[in-house]
Amino acid sequence: MRVRTRGYWLYLIPSLLLFAAVIVVPFLMNVGASFTRWSGVGTPRWIGLDNYARLLEDERFWESFQHNVGLIVAMAVVPTAIGLVLAAALFDYIGKRFGPRTASALRAMYYLPQVLPVAVAGVVWGWMLHPSYGAVNQILGLDLDWLGDPDLALATVMAVMVWFQLGYPVVIFMAGLQRVDPAYHEAAEIDGASWWRRFWHITIPQIRPEIFVVLLTCTIAALKVFGPIFVLTRGGPGNATMVPSYFSYLNFFQKSNVGYGSAIATVLALIIIVVTFLFLRVQERES
Amino acid sequence: MRGPGRWAVLFALVVLAVVMIFPFLVVAMNAVKSPAEYSSQGPLSLPDGLYLQGIVDFWNRVEFGTKLWNSFLISASVSVLAVVLSVLNAYALGIGRVRGRLWILVLFLVANTLPQEALAYPLYYLAKAAGLYDTQLAVIIVMTAIQAAFGTYLLSAVLGQFPKEILEAAAIDGAGRLRSLLRIVVPISRPTLSVLLIFFFIWTWNEFFLPLIFLISNDTQTVPVALGVLQGEKYMDATMSSASALLGIVPAVAFFLIFQRTLTRGVTVGAIK
Repeated sequence: MRVRTRGYWLYLIPSLLLFAAVIVVPFLMNVGASFTRWSGVGTPRWIGLDNYARLLEDERFWESFQHNVGLIVAMAVVPTAIGLVLAAALFDYIGKRFGPRTASALRAMYYLPQVLPVAVAGVVWGWMLHPSYGAVNQILGLDLDWLGDPDLALATVMAVMVWFQLGYPVVIFMAGLQRVDPAYHEAAEIDGASWWRRFWHITIPQIRPEIFVVLLTCTIAALKVFGPIFVLTRGGPGNATMVPSYFSYLNFFQKSNVGYGSAIATVLALIIIVVTFLFLRVQERES
Repeated sequence: MRGPGRWAVLFALVVLAVVMIFPFLVVAMNAVKSPAEYSSQGPLSLPDGLYLQGIVDFWNRVEFGTKLWNSFLISASVSVLAVVLSVLNAYALGIGRVRGRLWILVLFLVANTLPQEALAYPLYYLAKAAGLYDTQLAVIIVMTAIQAAFGTYLLSAVLGQFPKEILEAAAIDGAGRLRSLLRIVVPISRPTLSVLLIFFFIWTWNEFFLPLIFLISNDTQTVPVALGVLQGEKYMDATMSSASALLGIVPAVAFFLIFQRTLTRGVTVGAIK
């Protein structure tokens, strides 16, 4: 058996070489740089854990993670909750009473923002929310600086991200609902269970795997979020919408604090890896 | 719920759908207004006619044709290369069941979930050292690795269930491994491979962070990078901004319409596997 499988290694060689060059070595270099003071030119100076010690005391760093929590709510929690109701409503209400075509047309409209490059979504909303000529102020009859007011900026970015993200759970959950045996619903309906009860006790337990995948992928996406922040606010005003990814970018490319930026990026990477493994562990235990 | 109740549900869902596509409509409406019409009528009026000068001006100013070509070149190269690598890897892991495959799969999974920020500066540094900085090739190489990580993870699961009998029959007929791969595994898995190809294309097209770091000159930038960087430039007035947004939207929506059936099937394949 070992002889038979040995030859297959050859097929992995191109990828392993590419991975070593593009992922493993750069990641290790990044970790290495996080222990140094380095401006990007000249020789990095070893300073041990100083960057990490500085991180712990840096208010901007902690704030950026708090904003990340807000973005997890906006990109994972809220879209999952709304997506569940929408998918169930489209699948076993609209689909059954108004025909599957109506349901899939509505689904396509909810999904449309998801096809945009996230940077383009940012351009669209930057324009819609512009304080002097934006459409949103005109419609609401308000005169707010949605992205420029420190008290509003994070909430505005969160709302944009709900809009951007919503279609993804709807599509995934509707596909998942097709696996649910209609016999459960029919039996419950005969027993007189209301739509909400069936939704809560049949629909949700049945599509648990999908809910898990959506929460995991969207949480990771929220931890990594960069494009919308870059396009909409550049982390501002002040630090009102600063997130770790943009904070590390700033340190790398604008402040020439490569060592410090590397420390931020390393912490972010560790958090994402831990979150991934936690999710996978819980998922394993559940099934 | 019967009678008026069901119409209420439909109405609520339609209102939400209109809210979702409203920004697209407003952008399209204003991209075809002249600045004069915009300033007198505001953003919510229907356009009087088709004024395309704003779009043409923006197109010429940013050389949008070049941006489209760069995006296409990068996305097409990455999608083909990443599918090839994914197939080779998944052949070894899913069918060949090489030793240590679980660890190799974990490596690919971690590679796919790592934030690009944790690779960005070394990649930037290495690209400069290798003379690849500000070339499309640099983005192609890096994105190929990242997409192939996901593709390997997905395809290994799919090929793990590949019917062994077919491969054994081929081996008895004297087919070597490479021959079995090219003549049997690839043709039979073609539907999955085409889903992957489309996904890689669109994901690469939409990518922002790495292209932003690598591509700084006008001749190399992609569509999302150019639009993202220009946002907030002084010469971007209201109509030109909406023209730029429209030019970003059109290719993305075109891909969506062209690939819609494969995609909606594929989104769910990717999520469950």
